[in-house]
Amino acid sequence: MNPVELILAIPAASALLLALLPGYKLAARANVLAAALTLAASLMPFFHRPATTPLLLIDDFNIYLVALTAFVAFTTSLFSARYVIHEVSSGRLAARYLRFYHAMYQAFCFTMLLALTANNLGVMWVALEGATLTTVLMVGLYRTHEALEAAWKYFILCGVGIALALFGTTLIYLAAQPVMGEGMPAMTWSAILPRVGAFSPAILNLAFVFLLVGYGTKVGLAPLHAWLPDAHAEGPTPISAVLSGLLLNVALYVVLRFKMLLAGNPLALAPGPLMITMGLASLLLASFMLYRRRDIKRLFAYSSIEHMGIITFAFGMGGPLANFAGLLHMTMHSLTKSAIFFAVGHVSQVKGTQKIADIRGLTSSQPLLGWALVIGVVAIAGLPPFGVFTSEFLVLTTSFARQPLLALLVLLGLLVGFGALVMRLQGLAFGPGEGGGKTSPAALVPLFVHFALVLTAGIYLPGPLVTWFRHVADLLG
Amino acid sequence: MPSFANLGYDTAHGLDTCVLLLSFALLYQRRLFGVLTIYAWQALFLAAAAAWQAHAQQAPHLYITAGIALVFKAIVIPVALHRIIVYLDIHRTIETALGVGATLTVGVALVALSILLVLPITTASGALTRESLAAALSVVLLGLLMMITRRNAVSQVVGFMSLENGLILAAVGVKGMPLVVELSIAFSVMVAFIIFGVFFFHIRERFDTLDVHDMERFRGERR
Repeated sequence: MNPVELILAIPAASALLLALLPGYKLAARANVLAAALTLAASLMPFFHRPATTPLLLIDDFNIYLVALTAFVAFTTSLFSARYVIHEVSSGRLAARYLRFYHAMYQAFCFTMLLALTANNLGVMWVALEGATLTTVLMVGLYRTHEALEAAWKYFILCGVGIALALFGTTLIYLAAQPVMGEGMPAMTWSAILPRVGAFSPAILNLAFVFLLVGYGTKVGLAPLHAWLPDAHAEGPTPISAVLSGLLLNVALYVVLRFKMLLAGNPLALAPGPLMITMGLASLLLASFMLYRRRDIKRLFAYSSIEHMGIITFAFGMGGPLANFAGLLHMTMHSLTKSAIFFAVGHVSQVKGTQKIADIRGLTSSQPLLGWALVIGVVAIAGLPPFGVFTSEFLVLTTSFARQPLLALLVLLGLLVGFGALVMRLQGLAFGPGEGGGKTSPAALVPLFVHFALVLTAGIYLPGPLVTWFRHVADLLG
Repeated sequence: MPSFANLGYDTAHGLDTCVLLLSFALLYQRRLFGVLTIYAWQALFLAAAAAWQAHAQQAPHLYITAGIALVFKAIVIPVALHRIIVYLDIHRTIETALGVGATLTVGVALVALSILLVLPITTASGALTRESLAAALSVVLLGLLMMITRRNAVSQVVGFMSLENGLILAAVGVKGMPLVVELSIAFSVMVAFIIFGVFFFHIRERFDTLDVHDMERFRGERR
């Protein structure tokens, strides 16, 4: 059996089985088991590279993203199991609302992995559309007015984004059809990539604009980011973790696939400037917005927009070094941000609030949890010795060498964002703290595993990983 | 003397134009039931356009797309939304959209924009493909415009669905595009989800409000 089929079959089958399981406690455990099996399957392509089929593809670019996605999905399922049981026992969530929660979680993992491994542009689109459908119910899980508003906004905005992306996909087919002939090959990514040089550049340009705006909505790029803070803040925290850790990355991966198509045609417009503009706009907007946040989950949601901006900027600059930095930053941000949301989830459960003003002195009242949050914020703010520092440093140095003015803007965004995070951290973590329950240290294991990986990457990137990132960076052009 | 090829061209062209005209009719329609009726007509013409393309391109799978448009979009959805409107008791709602004149002017500008965008770059494709693509893009943009100018959740959903009609129109117009049926099914599932959401959570208004007090409470930060 093709390993990719196994990677996809496990979450798909688990989603169906979990939909039949009535008890949420049992379902939470089964969810962890399914995610662990998916993770094991996702490592198989490293040992035996599967052949490319018309529908599915594993290449050097997505092989590591598949593993990263399965890993974050697994650690989040561990966190989620504790989270939902606590929410129900503390009465914040009715157990019947959780009826399809775990089935949706697995279905979401399925759509993410399908979008990553799809070789067909139509299948890729269906996968990202499915991602919206599966997450929207989870975003509205609490059924409060705010949660419903967030879910509705998420649905409508991402629905429009997805619609525009479909128009872009149709245009890509229109460009491919005269060269490739009618039928499936003209929508198969691996078939059109070698021959994209002969496509009409003007149609490719128009298609890319629609695809960038459409899928860019899901990446959370400014000015299409409006859904992101609401969906992160009002949904349950495990969903905030997978939205930031998985969905944003996968949507950006899809944009990059189309960027590779455009790079293959010398007459088509350079996608760089468009991506640089959207990336910088997201970075600057989000870093200033960080200052006025009163809700801890919204704070980190804006930080996600900021980081997606940095990554999009890096890929927009292009070239081996900037692409390398972008890939590294995608990995580091995904690991760090999901870990921060784990910490935030525990914090809001022990303190019973998401308001920043009501959370004080965590390091004295809940030392382990408090310091975990400190580590997370230090890492995401881009301080050494964590991996985020390495990738941000690379982005800055390579852009200073090529576009000093743009680099200054990036530096401004980074410093402003850094200031906001440090200012908030002061109040959250230090000073006198009181009240709140305890978290068991075992609950914090997934979080520290993430931080250990980010720390390792910051100090020492293993040789094979570096060669491989380099190779992919060359592929991206 | 008109040849058969010309007849095919004219029919496809005529159907595309009807879909586009009904998009305009959606823009100025103020009553919710009126919006639904016009949407049903648009879906009917979309079904006819898809069936005609199935015949002209000798692509039998497009008959399925036409069937979905006919049964699901022209009948099931309008009936379901009709009941929801009665159930939520919002049929008397008179919408305070952007003025009719202003909306239509913007609409005409959007059609001009899509013609200017599409026609110059598709000179290599057949005349029929080019023109139906321009019409389809216009329908997409007019659907977006409707979503922006409407204040009521149900008519916003209708705007989304008419946008989707434009996408299907584009997909059937491009010769030999694979997966059209699958894509239109995927979209129909999404639409069904949205309508389910409106019904289940009793969403009457879209959440944007001009009341500053509400804005602070719902859209901004928790205090």
